[in-house]
Amino acid sequence: MAKVPGLLKGLGVTLGTMVETVTKGANTVQYPHEKETPPIRARGVIALHEGNCTSCMLCARSCPDWCIYIEGHKELAPPRRAGGKPRQVNKLDRFDIDYALCMYCGICVEVCPFDALFWSPEYEYSEPRIADLLHDKAKLGEWMETVPEAPELEAGAEKKGKK
Amino acid sequence: MLGLIASIPYWAQSLLRVLGGIVAVLLPAGTIVYVFLFKMMSFMQSRLGPMEAGPFGSLQLFAEVGKWLQKEDLYPERADKFIFKMAPLIVLSSTFLLVAVVPFGPDAWFTNFEAGVFYALAVSSVSVLGILIAGWASANKYSLLGGLRAAGQLIAYELPMVLAVIGVVIQAGTMNLQQIVVAQNDGSIFGWDGLGNPYILTQFIGFIIFMIAVQAELTQAPFDMPIAESELVSGYMTEYSGFRFLIFFIGEFATAGVFALIASILFLGGWGVPFSWFGWTSIDSIDNWMNVVGPLIMFTKMMLLVFVIMWVRFSYPRFREDQLQRFAWKVLIPLSLVNIMATSVLKVAF
Amino acid sequence: MTMLGDRQQLAYIASQAADARVNVELETEGMTLNIGPQHPATHGTLRIIARLDGEQVVWAEPSCGYMHRGYEKLTEVRTFPQVTALVNRIDWLGSFANEVPFILAAEQLMGIEAPRRAQWIRTILFELSRIANVSLFLGDLGVQLGAITPVFFAFRDREYVLNLIEGATGGRFHPNFDRIGGLKDDLPAGFIDETRVVMRKMRKFCDEIEGLLFGNEIFEARTRGIGVIPRDVALQYGLSGANLRASGVDWDLRRDQTLPMAWDKVDWKVWTHPDGDSYARCWIRLQEVRESTFIVEKLLDSLPSGPVMAKVPRIIKVPEGEAWVSTENPLGEMGYYVVSKGELGPFRVKIRSASFNNISIVPWLLKGVYVPDIITILASLYFILGDIDR
Repeated sequence: MAKVPGLLKGLGVTLGTMVETVTKGANTVQYPHEKETPPIRARGVIALHEGNCTSCMLCARSCPDWCIYIEGHKELAPPRRAGGKPRQVNKLDRFDIDYALCMYCGICVEVCPFDALFWSPEYEYSEPRIADLLHDKAKLGEWMETVPEAPELEAGAEKKGKK
Repeated sequence: MLGLIASIPYWAQSLLRVLGGIVAVLLPAGTIVYVFLFKMMSFMQSRLGPMEAGPFGSLQLFAEVGKWLQKEDLYPERADKFIFKMAPLIVLSSTFLLVAVVPFGPDAWFTNFEAGVFYALAVSSVSVLGILIAGWASANKYSLLGGLRAAGQLIAYELPMVLAVIGVVIQAGTMNLQQIVVAQNDGSIFGWDGLGNPYILTQFIGFIIFMIAVQAELTQAPFDMPIAESELVSGYMTEYSGFRFLIFFIGEFATAGVFALIASILFLGGWGVPFSWFGWTSIDSIDNWMNVVGPLIMFTKMMLLVFVIMWVRFSYPRFREDQLQRFAWKVLIPLSLVNIMATSVLKVAF
Repeated sequence: MTMLGDRQQLAYIASQAADARVNVELETEGMTLNIGPQHPATHGTLRIIARLDGEQVVWAEPSCGYMHRGYEKLTEVRTFPQVTALVNRIDWLGSFANEVPFILAAEQLMGIEAPRRAQWIRTILFELSRIANVSLFLGDLGVQLGAITPVFFAFRDREYVLNLIEGATGGRFHPNFDRIGGLKDDLPAGFIDETRVVMRKMRKFCDEIEGLLFGNEIFEARTRGIGVIPRDVALQYGLSGANLRASGVDWDLRRDQTLPMAWDKVDWKVWTHPDGDSYARCWIRLQEVRESTFIVEKLLDSLPSGPVMAKVPRIIKVPEGEAWVSTENPLGEMGYYVVSKGELGPFRVKIRSASFNNISIVPWLLKGVYVPDIITILASLYFILGDIDR
């Protein structure tokens, strides 16, 4: 069988793709009318569960860009049971993450010993002003609603579903 | 209808002709840009192309024109100002001059030269000047390289184009484009006149050579060394922006359309359908509605040929300059000379 | 201008000629052309200063450093996890491959090995990075040569691989998944089946590129015999990766050294080509993408079960010592020389990146070629600016 010259084969590939796009649709997604859902583990934005945070500063220290700003003070909380002594708790004054600096590396989420930080796949939070990219405590708490459940792990994994 | 047109004063006729010429240039350009550049290229690349401006992106062209028009009129400081500004206009003017000789129907033509083919080929070379001076006047080394490459390439590919057309002229026996159309549609293949005698069947080699030469004259890939996007950024067009770039852009696609029109006249039978379908015998016996249907037929044939040009453009990498020249001088020109000799021998024999 | 004497004129012309080696009798001038730093053809901000005689290059020199980010200085003041996050960004197209040699060096200093499942998954992600990186090369190759369509196919099919990496690690381009002692997390459910589907799609993409580019006569005319690097010159200049194998040197670090990774656990082939021209380099990379898809499928078949993290303390302090680990990255040989003084972070990290050594051959290679061939040669050598400049 005679070899089809490469030139004609190339034309065939492009024509085939054109026919495929016309009949089966393109590979592209018409954003913003349709949106693709990112995978569960996608690193979109960091959410803060304020109740768990003890301002231990581990996340702020381990951030490669030093983009987490934490300020807290110690307070006296009422004792857990009657007759005990009042205990000292850390109260969070300020917990800001500067998303203009954030590298989305996830080290802060990983090192938090109290599970106060979570990843969320939410990605549509760009702002016209860079100053608005500093998300404060309240905004980080709002992202908690978008945090998904951790996915099931592949067969053969040791632990079932890690946080 | 024809009597009506003949009765209006000459200045009104000329105005109609001018308007017709502008439409004949801009309409193909706009359609080609939308259908092929925006949509067909996108489909070949698994995407949908512009979809936002208008339904299915049909108004994208107007958006782009508006964008270019509102840009600042820049030119480089050390550029030769007058020549820099003239260059795009020269390129576009050659397109307008070329479309003046294209017949769209039995009576729908702008001018009817006896040496139409000769005029068309001569005038299509004017754009070479525009490209060359655009390259020199830009005061930019990349533009200079692009302009010099263009000079070599465009002049080299003029010859195969001319020689390919000579075969058609020999077979038709005339250089008048209108007569060539009539000869094709009135003719017959070995006595069977069901299809007329489109010269693509007998001048197949000439057709291929002509299309390759047209691809090179338009500096489309695989012959786009003068533009060479990944090396020269935009070749001779690098320093142009805004309105001037718009003229280059329109010129590129309008020229593609007009060359396709000329190719459809020379090889595909132009505005006509085979005369035997309607029982016409000569050009005077054609019905008047052909003046309206003729342009539509031309448009269809032009779109077909431009489809092939663009298809090749989107699929192939580009030749290097010396390979390009070698191809023109050592392959295309000898082939077209052989074609001429074969045509003349067969013309006398049959 | 003052009148120069005859002798002075001759000396001036001779010095120019000696500098640019142009023909003095014809009195032609060489033109100095700056290719870059902003240019569509260089993969980033690379500047090539070329002296041209018409369309032929007489002398060329790459001038890099426009993208220098000071990696080795940055690593001096950061801890090991932070350095891992930074190091992703050296070769940003195949970024998991950048983390692996660094982590392996740290593990060597600690004297631990990652568990078997972690080694397998590391290798799978490494090969996925290679596929993502080199498939972009195949698309980009078309653009450099003028074929504008293959690059869209490359991006379209690369999306599948990036979605896989995102599903497993959370980041498409910067996974940041490797940790000292193993991996951050295990694979999500459905990864194995999806990966098999994607590998079939990537093989189909390779066939498409072969039909669109490699069989094309114009492509062959542009790349065959262009930029020939003989075998000994390639070895002298320290080329690595596909550039070396295209000159006939049978050298692949995945096979030729033992690391705690899973390459030696499956059967695969090292591709070489005797020619050493641009066509050979491009062809080898195409075969390597195909081979990587086979490697991934075989690794998925034999994936062991178990933990993905060894027993390491929470706060890792790597003991004192020096370690050098290099791997066969998509661009070539990438290595890290890690010096640790027993602290939370390295004392000094020297990054040996593949592209920096690969472009050292550019002055030698570009003598006497035409301007379009400069682009072909640079495209076929394939470097990433982040890799050159770090």
